[in-house]
Amino acid sequence: MATNWYHYASPVTFYPLAGRLAPWFAAIAALLAAAGLWIGFGLAPTDATQGEAYRIIYIHVPTAWMAMFVYLVMAFWSALALAFNTRLSAMMAQALAPTGALMAALALWTGAFWGRPTWGTYWAWDARMTSTLILLFLYLGVIALRSAIDDPRRADRACAVLTLVGAVNVPIIYFSVRWWNTLHQGASVSLTAAPKMASLMLSGMLVMSFAAWAWCIAAALWRVRAIILERERGSAWVATLPGMGRSAGVPGQGPKGLRSPPPSRCATRVSD
Amino acid sequence: MTTPAPRSDDDGETGGALAGLAWALRRDLKLAFRTRSELAVQLLFYAIVVTLFPLATTPERTLLSTMGPGVLWVAALLASLLSLPRIFALDQADGTLEQMALSPWPLPAIVSGKILAHWLTTGLPVVVLAPLAALQYGLDGIAIGVLVAGLALGTPILSLLGAIGAALTLGVRGAGGLVALLVLPLYVPVLIFGAGAVDAVRAGIAVDANLSLLGAGLIVAALGSPFAAAAAVRIALD
Amino acid sequence: MLEAHDLAARRGTARLFAGLGFRVDAGSVLVVTGANGRGKTTLLRMLAGLSMPESGEIRLDGAAVEPFSPALRNAVAFAGHALALKDEFSARENLASLVELSGAPAADAEIDAALERVALGSRRSLPARVLSQGQRRRIGLARLALSRRRVWILDEPVTALDAAGAALLAHLVAHHLDGGGLAVAATHAPLGLPPDRVRALSLD
Repeated sequence: MATNWYHYASPVTFYPLAGRLAPWFAAIAALLAAAGLWIGFGLAPTDATQGEAYRIIYIHVPTAWMAMFVYLVMAFWSALALAFNTRLSAMMAQALAPTGALMAALALWTGAFWGRPTWGTYWAWDARMTSTLILLFLYLGVIALRSAIDDPRRADRACAVLTLVGAVNVPIIYFSVRWWNTLHQGASVSLTAAPKMASLMLSGMLVMSFAAWAWCIAAALWRVRAIILERERGSAWVATLPGMGRSAGVPGQGPKGLRSPPPSRCATRVSD
Repeated sequence: MTTPAPRSDDDGETGGALAGLAWALRRDLKLAFRTRSELAVQLLFYAIVVTLFPLATTPERTLLSTMGPGVLWVAALLASLLSLPRIFALDQADGTLEQMALSPWPLPAIVSGKILAHWLTTGLPVVVLAPLAALQYGLDGIAIGVLVAGLALGTPILSLLGAIGAALTLGVRGAGGLVALLVLPLYVPVLIFGAGAVDAVRAGIAVDANLSLLGAGLIVAALGSPFAAAAAVRIALD
Repeated sequence: MLEAHDLAARRGTARLFAGLGFRVDAGSVLVVTGANGRGKTTLLRMLAGLSMPESGEIRLDGAAVEPFSPALRNAVAFAGHALALKDEFSARENLASLVELSGAPAADAEIDAALERVALGSRRSLPARVLSQGQRRRIGLARLALSRRRVWILDEPVTALDAAGAALLAHLVAHHLDGGGLAVAATHAPLGLPPDRVRALSLD
């Protein structure tokens, strides 16, 4: 499949490819999640000091990692979109933003639920939690900017600039929050046996991370398919997709209603 | 009266950059001076926000001096945010921004001049007013000195980063609220190092690390953000 | 010489035009007509280098130019719907500022002479706020006259001008073409130029 990458850089060819790949990634995610949860909740031992409450890390840590990683991937696609003006890269960045925001939100939510039994409070201004919260704000900023701009091409490029500016800032924000945290001796949670964490705990967490990874890919692929359809609804190839011709039962919803008026072919009429 | 002569492309980029920066700086300062009552309103906003905090909490001195640096910095952030539309929005509305983007001078240089003018008219007054506000919060002489030094290094960063957000939200729905969402998270490090410097001096810790980090941030922002803001301006004009 | 090859534009998902091609030689003006919403302004903004075409390319003297490229920025004078005037500045300050921005600063005497020519000499110190729409347009004409650019892109230049103003515009454009310049104008009102100078492009 990797013969010619440029072939897949076009939304027309990527749309069916994404459709074929997404279910596989979803299946992998489901299998890995089942295995990871079984390891984490069934096999892994109870933590010496935190008891059973620590088991939320099997959700918390993978989502926190993905929240950061997805932003990097989004920045990568944004850079491609700006440098080569490729539509599909911008669509990939657009598709990843809600997934990244969801990961950050899950990390915060599970973090709060882990903090309650551990620190006795839902929110403790821990350095990592605080920077994940700011990361969530960055995601929401990108999503909000996207929805505020009507023209998709302008939205693509504006969001790409914002994502890249954010990507430069993320390490600085992490550093500054950590700095602030040490200055104020804030709480920080870590596994008691962190250096030699039980290998079962570690493998459970790794399996869950791969599950989160596969799920993010599947979700992004499905979302990018929806974005491609929405953006390309006026083009001929969308009208030929199976199902598009059958939807004539709903008046005005068929391909006719979706298609934009034919382009006016202008020849130059030069009158001297 | 005109003789359309092809203009040579060979006047050096640096010469053009300086000319563009100076043009934008002079023009925006002159405009700001003509509309100085608006600037006074923004400075009053800063003074009022700073006055509200003790009313919302307590006039008790030890607590106020603990909160003070943070409050003074948050107020500076909000004042900067409030003034961001001044950088580009009016110029976009009347078409000047198009002419700037079409000027032979490099757009990042023109943008730099506008950012510098923005800081001189909105950031610098806050730096100057801050010692007065700090007295309300019972900060002592050294702490006030560190506060002013931090603000002097930090508020230009706010203008630089804010310009990117202001350019990205040009002409979009709900630009005012959106620019806050885009820009405030980016302001976090400035807030931490700036307010942290005053905290540090009050706790008897060396402050040079905080101020050095702010200085480094200022250099990075000054080199990077005019280009990002110029790119955003071009995107907004497209 | 300004050329367009196979230009296409869209607004949102709607196609404005496609396959558009033309050539404007030095000494002639291309008059673009078309009903509202056909993309006249979009086309002009592309030619000025403000907007990226959906596809196709624009060539200046045979060389393809990208939006905001230095070649375009040194060749084009763009007069759009918005006049780029500051209400707080006087007519004179506005003109001096814009002329300087175009990279070819003019001496005070030149600025005054240009304002005199567009019949704003006596009003040059008034803030633009108090000028009428037609008078504001005339500042734009003075800017074009001082611009020293080869390519003039004019979006509805006759709007708000009275008969004398329109005649002034025609005179300026004719002078510009005589000097080897070229122009593209979107307008419905005739420019009042000799027919051999005018080429027409309809987007309808």
